[in-house]
Amino acid sequence: MIHVFKVDDVYGVVDTNSGLVHIVDEIIYDLLVDEGFKSIDKIQDIYNKYGQVTVDEAISEIKYLIENKQLYTEEIVIKNKIKPVVKAMCLNMAHDCNLKCEYCFASQGNFKGQRSLMSYEVGQKAFDYLVKNSGSRVNLEVDFFGGEPLMNFDVIKKLVDYARSLEKDNNKRFRFTITTNGVLLDDEIIKYINENMDNVVLSIDGRKSVNDKMRKTLNDKGSYDVIVNNFKKLVANRKEKDYFARGTYTAYNLDFSEDVKHMRELGFEHISVEPVVTKPEEKYALTEEHVNTLKEEYEKLAKMYVNDYKDKDKKFSFFHFNIELDGGPCIYKRSVGCGAGTEYIAVTPEGDFYPCHQFVGETEFIIGNVNDGITNELIVDKFRNVSVNDKPTCKECWAKYYCSGGCHANAYNFNNDFKVPYNVGCELEKKRIECSIMIKAKLQDEV
Amino acid sequence: MIHIKTLNKTKLTENISVKGCGECQTSCQSACKTSCTVGNQKCENK
Repeated sequence: MIHVFKVDDVYGVVDTNSGLVHIVDEIIYDLLVDEGFKSIDKIQDIYNKYGQVTVDEAISEIKYLIENKQLYTEEIVIKNKIKPVVKAMCLNMAHDCNLKCEYCFASQGNFKGQRSLMSYEVGQKAFDYLVKNSGSRVNLEVDFFGGEPLMNFDVIKKLVDYARSLEKDNNKRFRFTITTNGVLLDDEIIKYINENMDNVVLSIDGRKSVNDKMRKTLNDKGSYDVIVNNFKKLVANRKEKDYFARGTYTAYNLDFSEDVKHMRELGFEHISVEPVVTKPEEKYALTEEHVNTLKEEYEKLAKMYVNDYKDKDKKFSFFHFNIELDGGPCIYKRSVGCGAGTEYIAVTPEGDFYPCHQFVGETEFIIGNVNDGITNELIVDKFRNVSVNDKPTCKECWAKYYCSGGCHANAYNFNNDFKVPYNVGCELEKKRIECSIMIKAKLQDEV
Repeated sequence: MIHIKTLNKTKLTENISVKGCGECQTSCQSACKTSCTVGNQKCENK
């Protein structure tokens, strides 16, 4: 299986099963589109366009790649050898929030339940479970999430200390991330985060008007003016550690590249702006009618990425344009997908386990708790059996080893079936991959 | 090659006997939290 595409003036070819990406000229592009080089009629047109000698030379290069298993590579059937063990946790430290964002999948912080904070004891038990059930895995990932996790900051600090106390004896290394809306950030908390969190995700949607339309304070005012200076201060003291200024775009800001640009102007270099995940009936949901506009927007953003790359004051990274062509995940990882419910679980303040943060509050998806461990294998099995080649649509898709089958929550929300991916998400993901390759091609000497 | 330039140095299908350690980051644990993207994770088994 191959995929042939053009973004800006770059012609690309993805050979799905080998993972090889070829940048080609227009002649090869014309020969490979719709497998033109195999059709006598089409090839005659191409001869007429470029001349026979040149075209024959190009065809010989195509044949060379095919013979050397670099094009139209056959699928290899692999038996997955990653034994899933729980190694990553999303700790919902607070089912409460000091903002009420309109698109919040956590129902303005309470996840459709009572407002509550995770106790130190529940967090301890969660970490004990994680250490005990992570087998030989060394790296354990914990995201302090919410609602707004900083509403429970004292417990976070105690839990970080507790996790560190478990590392040496158990040969584990905890990596912490915190996702915050920024309202409660002060000098003390910023210092703590910068010293203790391996990554920090700062929630802001971009331009003030865009951010404030969705991210509102409890008094129905915009949150932009409250959070921007806090985020700037945190980032100024972050040094080389990871962070993302992270926004959500919706049907209200299809021109989200302007929000990326705005965030860069605020001084944030590492940016992620991602499509909203919601039910299709919401006014701000992204649907099929938006796809072409959004594809153009990604292309516009990719061109901006390239143009700004050599200017240190403008250069930025965009999470979804990161692509690892050589140092990326192996084919096993690419086959099994995100790991929700198998290697990644979300924990509520009450200690319930869910397959991932997106399902919290949908009580039929509770898979266990901190006291009894995983008890609902029926649900876990549903997540275990959705590798990319288990999904008919994905199996035939050229992009399957980049997205690994997409987001289960999206599939469930839109199609009520884990094996049927959310098509809008697929279309956008494919466009992002093409844009990422275009960027690699243009900056190949620099990136 | 005059008409084709390959960007990667390795194939997905190479060295698979020593791959599959499972140490790499869980994808939703990075920035995203909403949209699965695995191809941008780094391999921890170099």
